[in-house]
Amino acid sequence: MGDAIRLVVNGTSVSVPAGTMVSTAVAMAGSSLFRRSVSGEARGPLCGMGICFECRVTINGRAHCRSCQVPCEAGMEVRTDG
Amino acid sequence: MADRAYDVVVIGAGPAGLAAASRAAESGARVAMVDDNPNPGGQIWRAAAGKSPKEAARWLQAAEANKVEWIAGARVFAAPEANRVALETLDGGYELEYRGLILATGARERFLPFPGWTLPNVMGAGGLQALAKSGLPVEGKKIIIAGSGPLLLAVAKYMRGHGADLRLIAEQAPQAKLLAFGLHLAGHPGKLVQAVGLRAALLGVPYLTSCWPVSAQGSDKLESVTLRRGNNSWTKPCDYLACGFGLIPNVEIAALLGCRMSATGVAVDEYQQTSVAGVYSAGEATGIGGLELALAEGEIAGYAAAGRNDRAQSRFRARNSYRRFAEALEQTFSPREELKSLAHDETLVCRCEDVTLGRVRACSGWREAKLHTRCGMGPCQGRVCGGAVEFLTGWRAESVRPPVFPARIESLARE
Repeated sequence: MGDAIRLVVNGTSVSVPAGTMVSTAVAMAGSSLFRRSVSGEARGPLCGMGICFECRVTINGRAHCRSCQVPCEAGMEVRTDG
Repeated sequence: MADRAYDVVVIGAGPAGLAAASRAAESGARVAMVDDNPNPGGQIWRAAAGKSPKEAARWLQAAEANKVEWIAGARVFAAPEANRVALETLDGGYELEYRGLILATGARERFLPFPGWTLPNVMGAGGLQALAKSGLPVEGKKIIIAGSGPLLLAVAKYMRGHGADLRLIAEQAPQAKLLAFGLHLAGHPGKLVQAVGLRAALLGVPYLTSCWPVSAQGSDKLESVTLRRGNNSWTKPCDYLACGFGLIPNVEIAALLGCRMSATGVAVDEYQQTSVAGVYSAGEATGIGGLELALAEGEIAGYAAAGRNDRAQSRFRARNSYRRFAEALEQTFSPREELKSLAHDETLVCRCEDVTLGRVRACSGWREAKLHTRCGMGPCQGRVCGGAVEFLTGWRAESVRPPVFPARIESLARE
């Protein structure tokens, strides 16, 4: 594991090892809900490999990023649906 | 980014893609290898904390030594004209021109819907493994692994090795089929050693055959799973349910290019060439067959795409032997009929558009289901529900239209 990276998930600072994906950082921040479905259901990652789009979050203001495909970067700001 | 031209473009950097790219480059071709993921290796060789198996390291080094150009985090979403593919990265879109194209697009898990399968922390077997490999702590977590196929055991071994509290492995295939498969393994010593190693690593974890989850419960996240075996059903509390019913090939790009399909995936000839001249396919995309078959097919495709059919022939024998193993795999772990009653009318089939099975079943086919219910029309473009709908209704997706992945307006505007 590389050096720790700090990023912000839903306003809370999280420290993760370098190479960690955003999906994992969100889970480590204690959130199992990543997005709300079109009918309002809670959803989280399913496939872990960029196929299902269930792990979509907002990263640095850009909506609908597949968090399982994006490595964490220092200072990143991540938001899940409420 | 500027458009670029290559002799051979390889889509997918898993074992088949790495083998194909290395062999093509070694034969003198200028090669680019593209993958959606930030690192090469595919799902099977997804590096856990920077470590990858020896065989993976060997192929990664071969690709690098032969000057394969590596294009990471790029999705192919369209084929605007002959010999060109359009890619999108986080930084924008561009096109690659090729003389030969090798589709090593791999496979995804087959998900079968059951009540509660959309709850957070119900994931694919490979899905949970991918998350764990990218750092998700599983130590002490109560995990149930379910579905079908050898992947369940590999995931179980990994979870056990990382301190998870593994409660159960539920395999839908019957014991009799597994025993027959075990006998088949004897013809493949490497596989046998692997199987014995897995068994040893999983000592003490209940492994039930003819057993599957019928529902998952929880409010806003998974709390328990109900399993069935014969006439018995029982409920177990757990933190994660890792559930996948085998693998299905990723054929979207091949379909977009007009390649013919076989019963198992992309149809190919003995040199791994598809029905479209100059377009090759290797690995799971041509049919689920495992690591060794993917490597052999990748090598053949790489040599052939670089014009070295003579070298490609040297791997024919190996490939044919691994294909027999793939057939046994398919016979052993094909999902049983009873699983068709897992989903009820009110169970969601399409997670992108929240479409229930009842609404899909009221339609006459895929086309009507798409138009009337939006099933398969969301961001995943039917990649998740497609396999389920095919299993549950027998409908096969009819056509693929670009973009095969959701793309940004800026990228589409270039087309």
